[in-house]
Amino acid sequence: MPRKSDLLPGTLDMLILKTLNRAPLHGYGIALSIRRMSDDVLTVEEGSLYPALQRLLAQGWVKAEWKMTETNRRARYYTLTAAGRKQLGIELSQFEEMIAAITRVLRDQEA
Amino acid sequence: MSELRGFWHRLTALFGRTRYREELDEEMAFHREQAENALRDDGMTPEAAYRTAARQFGNATLLKEQSHNAVGFRMESIARDMRFALRQLRRQPGFALLATLILALGMGASVAIFGFVDAALLQPLPYAHPDRLMDVGEKSDVHPRSNLSLEDFRDWKRLNRSFSGFDAYTGGGFLLHTPGGVEPVPAGRVTAGFFDTLGIKPFLGRTFRAGEDRSGAGKVVLLAYGAWLQRFGARPDIVGQSVQLDSENFTVVGVLPRQFTFAPRGPAEVWVPITDPTECEQRRSCHNLFAVGRLRDGVTPAAALQDLAAIAAQLEREYPGSNHGQGAFVQPLSKLIVGDVRPILLTLLGGALLVLVIACVNVSSLLLVRSESRRREIAVRGALGATPARLLRQFITEGLLLAAAGTTLGLAVALGLMHLLSHLVPEQMADRLPFIKLIGLNVHTLLFATGVAALMTLLLALTPTLRLNLQHIHDGLAEGGRGSASRLWHRIGSNLVVVELAIAVVLLVGAGLLGKSFYKLLHVDMGFDPSHLAMVNVQLPRNAYTQDAERLALYRTMQQKLEAMPGVQSVAFTDTTPVGCFCNTDWIRIPGRPFHGEHNEVVERDVTPGYMATLKARLIRGRMFREDEDKSKPLVILINESLAKKYFPGEDPVGKQIGNGSLDKSSMREIVGVVADVREGALDDEMLPGEYFNIYQQLDSGFTILVRTGQNERSILPSMVSMIHSIDPNIGLYGEITMNDMIESTQSALLHRFSTWLVGGFALVALVLGVVGLYGVIAYSVSQRTREIGVRMALGAQRGAVYGLVMRQAARLTAVGLLAGLVCAIGASTLIRNLLFGVEAWDVPTLASVVVILGIASITASFVPASKAATVNPTDALRAE
Repeated sequence: MPRKSDLLPGTLDMLILKTLNRAPLHGYGIALSIRRMSDDVLTVEEGSLYPALQRLLAQGWVKAEWKMTETNRRARYYTLTAAGRKQLGIELSQFEEMIAAITRVLRDQEA
Repeated sequence: MSELRGFWHRLTALFGRTRYREELDEEMAFHREQAENALRDDGMTPEAAYRTAARQFGNATLLKEQSHNAVGFRMESIARDMRFALRQLRRQPGFALLATLILALGMGASVAIFGFVDAALLQPLPYAHPDRLMDVGEKSDVHPRSNLSLEDFRDWKRLNRSFSGFDAYTGGGFLLHTPGGVEPVPAGRVTAGFFDTLGIKPFLGRTFRAGEDRSGAGKVVLLAYGAWLQRFGARPDIVGQSVQLDSENFTVVGVLPRQFTFAPRGPAEVWVPITDPTECEQRRSCHNLFAVGRLRDGVTPAAALQDLAAIAAQLEREYPGSNHGQGAFVQPLSKLIVGDVRPILLTLLGGALLVLVIACVNVSSLLLVRSESRRREIAVRGALGATPARLLRQFITEGLLLAAAGTTLGLAVALGLMHLLSHLVPEQMADRLPFIKLIGLNVHTLLFATGVAALMTLLLALTPTLRLNLQHIHDGLAEGGRGSASRLWHRIGSNLVVVELAIAVVLLVGAGLLGKSFYKLLHVDMGFDPSHLAMVNVQLPRNAYTQDAERLALYRTMQQKLEAMPGVQSVAFTDTTPVGCFCNTDWIRIPGRPFHGEHNEVVERDVTPGYMATLKARLIRGRMFREDEDKSKPLVILINESLAKKYFPGEDPVGKQIGNGSLDKSSMREIVGVVADVREGALDDEMLPGEYFNIYQQLDSGFTILVRTGQNERSILPSMVSMIHSIDPNIGLYGEITMNDMIESTQSALLHRFSTWLVGGFALVALVLGVVGLYGVIAYSVSQRTREIGVRMALGAQRGAVYGLVMRQAARLTAVGLLAGLVCAIGASTLIRNLLFGVEAWDVPTLASVVVILGIASITASFVPASKAATVNPTDALRAE
């Protein structure tokens, strides 16, 4: 059974968008990339990844096309759209606000 | 832009479903492969890598469903749920059919009755600003609402400051001359502003003008729409034509709109202004009118009453003889029209809602039983990855489907019931209940139906989800639906049946009490024998038989000719039939008694000498009238027992005199006899003090002929009519009916019959549903305990003990249900005590019979599962599951 994601709610979409901002990737690539970038701290469950990708597709923030991998396998590659880039900006600023707020709270408690 | 793309994406997902799935499959397969490769690179064996990757990936089906849900239209998955639900229901067609029928019954009954309530109590009367219209009358010691006299009305109209319109009306009748002969037509006589006060615009022509109700004004008439249609062929040029009524020519000034009715007058075909006051209308002491008033802006009914009461008090000082103790009465017009049926309709609505509750409870408990038996299915689906929300939606869909089927069928039932019930109301009563024409599916009823449907759906959808405690999914799989599994069932399911039984008790007691009231009402002491009596109303032409001698001769000819008819035993005339009303009253005074102007009100009837014998009423003292006692002889009077007891206590009244309030010489009559009370008032009235005059000394132009026959009284009615018309075809005859039919169609009998049958029907439904519910509970509980019973029997329990085990459970539920029901029933019957007649709300025989009936039915219902339990083969039971 898939474990519950350790991610903060709503951050998965942002992480996917951020990952795709660098280069188009397939699903497995996205999961791998997030894990590596986070030094194995963040593991994206497949159970969350694919529904999230479908959500992003439906929102029009990413688009998908079938391409060949370096090993000549057919895979679905996701690319960030212009709308997705805009959304990423929004989510990043919201996230930073939130982190700043949380940090303020934590700092208060220490004092 | 992005919305558009999202929509497009969803559409592709919907229509390219197969491709969409294949792509997802491929994508996930790729993902698994990559993960497997990575694990192999880390040094795992190919087999272990495959397994680890698969485990990591989790439930592929669930994942696909989630991915799909992220983009799929709700609609699509709903359609899938629907198909599944339909399949589930089709697997148990008996359950689906039963549940639908029960729901339809509950819904149909409540919506139909609400249709009546809406038409009568919620929809406004068909007049302009009907809430400002008041019913106005006088008030006396014995009558809380009595007629106005014309003189009083005119003073009230002149002096009041409360009404912007104030007009009087009364009944009347004319003989209409048609090519086919003379036909009596019911009429309304009104003051000129009557239709303006009501705010009625004519369909053709105009209504009455001010001044048209003055003496000597030209004769004008307004036609009711129905009369215009049927009697005048809907001629568009009718306005201005002249019509012969009672051998006088009236000019038609207009036709009233089709929807116009004025229930207090009943079915009038023509309306005329009160131009020539009748003999009665010339006397201030003779009351024959009622009035409608339109309140001025800002005036409350209470203020209007105060205003009129002050005027009445002033008139009382001015005319102490006629107006002593005559006060004023004001109530909303709507109360006059629907006041009688209001408590009955509310009672029926209450009954119908109880049936609805019992129906919903019944179906819920059916659903609960079903969800019990589906525990395993739920557990399996849960284990296979169905989320709680998903399962919940599945159950809600099933509930929705059932509720939808029940609602559709229920609306059909409601329409049928409304049609049936409004046609069960006899015509003469329908005229007094104008709202009957408004009954049907309208905005109000549809809103009500929607509300009922929503509640029903909510209940049906939520009941099985109670069961859906997902913590227990694994227990469900493990235990296979035994043991603790039915704890919840016992907590809720069995309590539901107590509710059903209690409601059944309430409805049965209500039906029992109403039925007993109805029986008592029809078997109330009449003081005469109503069987084998036929009667017809007579109206003499106004311009013939004007001389006393002519009229007396006509009376005698009619009497002789009718008595000569085969089968006729005796014939009598009266001006007012028995079982009528507390009306046509007289104020009496006995010479030599102290008198302070009080009104000693008694009913007064003009009858022929053979009247009491024809009714088979009993003479107690003295003698009846004599055939030769006409106007040339001293005036004589018969009194009834009530009058004798009230005004001659401990004396022999025979030979004493009775006169009017001022003891005028011409009013003095000698009492020649005392008769036992004949029921003159309505069935639910008290016996009234009454006096009888010899009709030969009064010679009325309108009266009723009563015929007692040895044969079937209904068959003689046509020959009575043709016999009288053979004497003179110009005599108006109407309303031929037998005495028993007339009594059964009086308003009190009809209202009682209506409520008795309906509540009886509801009670029957409740009884059946309650008992079926109990059967279901017991049968289910036996099926759950088969193993336990098997163990007990294997350990030596006797069959009797097993019977006892099951029957004890049934008896406990029944007892609790009956007890709760009895308490509620007494409360409910106290609420409807005004509808009861001759029976108390806590009528012990009724309560006892209900307990016995329901008790026997319950025991019978639980006996079947009990004997099934007792015949359980222990080895089979132990092997089961």
